Order: sequence, then C-alpha cells, then structure tokens
Amino acid sequence: MFAPTELNHKNRRNQRLVRMLFLWMATMLIIPVVLILGILVYRGGPMISVDFLLTEPTNGMTAGGILPALVGTVWLVVVALLASVPIGIAAALYLSEYASDNWLTRIINLAIINLAGVPSIVHALFGVGAFVLFFRFGTSILAASLTLAVMTLPVVIVATKEALQSVPFAFREACWNMGATRWQTIRRVVLPNSVSGILTGVILEVSRTAGETAPIMFTGAAFFLPFLPQSVFDQTMAMSLHLFVISTQVPGVPEELPFGVALVLISMVLAMNALSIAFRTYLRGRKKW
Amino acid sequence: MVAETPVTASASNARVQTEPTPPFVEVQDLSIHYGGKKILSGVSFDIYENEIFGIIGPANSGKTSFLRALNRMDMFTPGMNVTGTIKIDGHDIQRWKNVYALRRRIGVVFPLPVGLPLSVYDNVALAPRLAGIKRRSELDIIVERCLTRAALWEEVKDRLDSLGSLLSGGQQQRLTIARALSQDPDLLLLDEFSIAVDPVTTMRIEDVLKELKHEITIVLVTNLVQQTRRLSDRTAFLLSGELVEVGETAELFEGKVRDQRTLGYLEGRFG
Repeated sequence: MFAPTELNHKNRRNQRLVRMLFLWMATMLIIPVVLILGILVYRGGPMISVDFLLTEPTNGMTAGGILPALVGTVWLVVVALLASVPIGIAAALYLSEYASDNWLTRIINLAIINLAGVPSIVHALFGVGAFVLFFRFGTSILAASLTLAVMTLPVVIVATKEALQSVPFAFREACWNMGATRWQTIRRVVLPNSVSGILTGVILEVSRTAGETAPIMFTGAAFFLPFLPQSVFDQTMAMSLHLFVISTQVPGVPEELPFGVALVLISMVLAMNALSIAFRTYLRGRKKW
Repeated sequence: MVAETPVTASASNARVQTEPTPPFVEVQDLSIHYGGKKILSGVSFDIYENEIFGIIGPANSGKTSFLRALNRMDMFTPGMNVTGTIKIDGHDIQRWKNVYALRRRIGVVFPLPVGLPLSVYDNVALAPRLAGIKRRSELDIIVERCLTRAALWEEVKDRLDSLGSLLSGGQQQRLTIARALSQDPDLLLLDEFSIAVDPVTTMRIEDVLKELKHEITIVLVTNLVQQTRRLSDRTAFLLSGELVEVGETAELFEGKVRDQRTLGYLEGRFG
C-alpha cells in the first residue's frame, strides 16, 4: 500500500540533485571571499605596522606609510554622510509617511531608482560639472564628498524607507485615532522603533562610500599630497585612489605595498559591516512586538 | 427670590418634557465609497447621549467604514470618499477645521489589540501627553484611573514599566481601552473588541462598558448578535451598505421588527 512508485523515486532523485546543485552554487560564494582575504592577509599583513598607518608616503610613493590617504578617506566619508544622511532621511520620511500616491511621488521614486542606476564614472563627471565648476568648490573634499553623497543617497533613502515601513501600520493608526498629527506619530512611535534600522543603513553606506574611487578621482582626491587636509576646501589623498595609483601608475613600487593598502581599506569596510551586523543582532534581540 | 425658585424649576421641567434632548450624533444620508466601490449607501440614524448604540451586520456591510468616517480617518485613508453629513454634538464634522481636536474627543478600540511598543504606563499616558499634559503627578492619576476603569489596574500595577506589547492578548485589549479612555473622550467607538479576547475577559469588559455609558456615549460594532443584546440600548442592522433597521434592542429581540431580514439575522438564519 505504501510502496513507492517509479514516479516517487524519480521525484526523490530530482530533489536530491537540485539540492546538491543549489548547495554548490551557494558554497562557491565563499571562495572569492576566502581567496581575497587570504591573499591580502598573507601578502599585505607583514606590511601593517603602526608606522605604516601613521607616516606619509616617501620616495615617490614607493615607501613609507599611508596616513594622508587614511585621514582623507575619513574626511570624505564624514562630509558625505553629513550631506546625505539628513537629506536621505527627510526624503524617506516624506515618501514613507506623508506622500500620497500621485504623479509627484511617482516621479520622485523614479528619480531614486534611476539615481541608483547611474554608473559611478557618470556621477564623477556630474560632480566635476556641478560641484567643481558650477558651484566653484574647485577640486576639494567638499566637491568629492557631495559627489559621493549624491551617489549614495538612494542607499540611505531605500534603507530608511524599509526601516520605517517595518513599523506596523496599526501603530500609526492607533496614534492617529488618539488625535496625534503625523509628525507626533513619527516622533513618538515610528522613529524610536526604526532608528536602529536607519543606523544600520547608514553604516552600510559608510562602507560603500569608503571604497569608491571613480567619483572622487576628478573631484577632490589627489594623486600625491603628503599633507593632511586642513578644511573641506582642500584636496586630499584617499585610500581607494591611492591603491589605484600605486598599483598602476607609479613605477618601482614594492610588490607588497598595494597589498598592505588594500588590506587596510578592506579592514575598514569589514569593520563597518561587522558593526552594522552587531547592531542588527542587538536590535532583533530587543524587538518590541 | 425664594418664591421664584419653584417657578424656574417647573419651567425647566416643562422644557425637558416638550423638547427631547437632541441626538449626540446625527447621521444624515451618509455614503462611503472606496475608489469606485460603494460601501455605505445613504444611511441616516441618530445616536443619543449616554447610550450604547450597537451596529450589527455581516462582513462588508460598512460597519467599520462608518467608524472611520466618524473620526475623520477618511483623511488618512487613500481612496476613501465620504458624502452626506455627520453631526457630533450639533457640529458638522466635515467642517471641523482641526480634525486632531475632533479625534481627541473620540476614543477607538480596534478588533485586534494594538499595544504600542511603549511601556504600559506610556501607552496610557501617550494621549494626555499629546494633549500637552507634562506633570508626572497629573499623568499618574490619569494612568491609574484609566487602567482601573478598564479593569486592568490590579494585573499591571506592579509592572507599569514593562512593555505594553508583551502583555497577553486580553490584557492588551484592556490596555487599548484604557488608552482610549485616557483621551477623556465623549464618544467611544468599539470595533468588534472581543474578537481576540477570551470569554471571561469579554464579560469583564462588558461590565466596564455598562458602567462607562453613564459618562460616555458608546458605539459598539459587533459580529456577535448576543453581545449587542446584552449591551446595547438601541441597535442598527446594516446589510451590504444599507441600513435595514434601527430600533430599541429589546424590541428587536422580541421580534418587533419592521423588516423580516432583521429577524432572520437576529435568529441566525443568515449572516
């Protein structure tokens, strides 16, 4: 009565086969990560020292440390965040909490999707035209950071919108029914319950901003500049561009040096990601509904 | 002076007898559409002060939409279109400029309890805080009074700081009622409040409602015909957006109906 038919056998075989196939695909994802990290640590690891982090490049960038690039990247990221986070969160709040479904909202959403799809080199040229030339910021941290901000704005908006929309709609209705305005509802119920999700999105944005090269190449990042920037109107070195330069543009760079720079850069990004993951885990632990 | 007093008294008595108190809520020719779909078509009825007004009817008869129209939630509901007039206390609510002030006078309890992710205390203190009350001592009094009236105080008085959303379903529903009462409303709207509540708690809440109606006018939307029989003074029967009948609850259940469909629904022959 319970004897399997030929069709049962076939289904079971297929199911095993498909499962194996998918497992394989998924496992292959580990390979590039392990290879990249492994090679970087193996070849770049010996380069890392306090001196490497805290001194300037010397001998035409063939020796010395990476301090100006490290500090420059921090400047670029911080200024970019100062521009993109307030704008992004305000836009997301509008789209998620206030906007009704009309032509304006649809145009804004379309603009965000398209902004996310613009190649980074096009953003770079836009930055040159808009910030460097039109607004006369010159090639500076300000111009480069604003270019980065425009580029990462969609990330902030989408992450914030998702965080806001994870707060159940019933909470909003309950508040409105008490006579709360939309803003009172946002401030007392929606934001306190989504702020952590928003922060997670922001941290992810940081890691992305830190690694970008093209948008800052023509707008504010310098080939070689052995000084620390003093204001947002200065040019600066940056980790990503520095890596590109010493790997391809400068003769006589010792082979291990680019590995060391890449290791520092990827460590910065991974540290940010780890922070973001830790944050999310912490939040999930104290989820309130 | 002394001689005049009885004259005044009898005059006011006479006035009460000749002019019945105006209805607290007047609904005239109210229609509600969602997009192109008609939910409620031209209903008119009155709700009197300090009564429990039951609204019964099967799903999709427009009960919940009526409640939404009552506190102008149509403003926050895309596609919802309300025509006709609703007057509360003599004022046309469509012309009420500050809808937030209107909603503050109307407490709402939903079918599923909504414990906001705040502490028990903050859940109940939210509406007073929104209304601008900041003094802790004042809030303490309101919180205790509302939780007591909602028959929840004894169970939560030792854990006012724990999360409201972590209470049991029945407790959360009473918390929702306490929150609605914290607005000090003139009108309390209950939308099938007992769906997620056990029978014992339901009975306790029903007792609370019977007490409350001396101070507040209550509109009770329910799927449970027996609940409206136990609680409401008058009952309206809605069917597919049409008002079939409004009448004294006792009379309806005695079979004194004008429309045979009412009798059929009350006796459970359809619905």
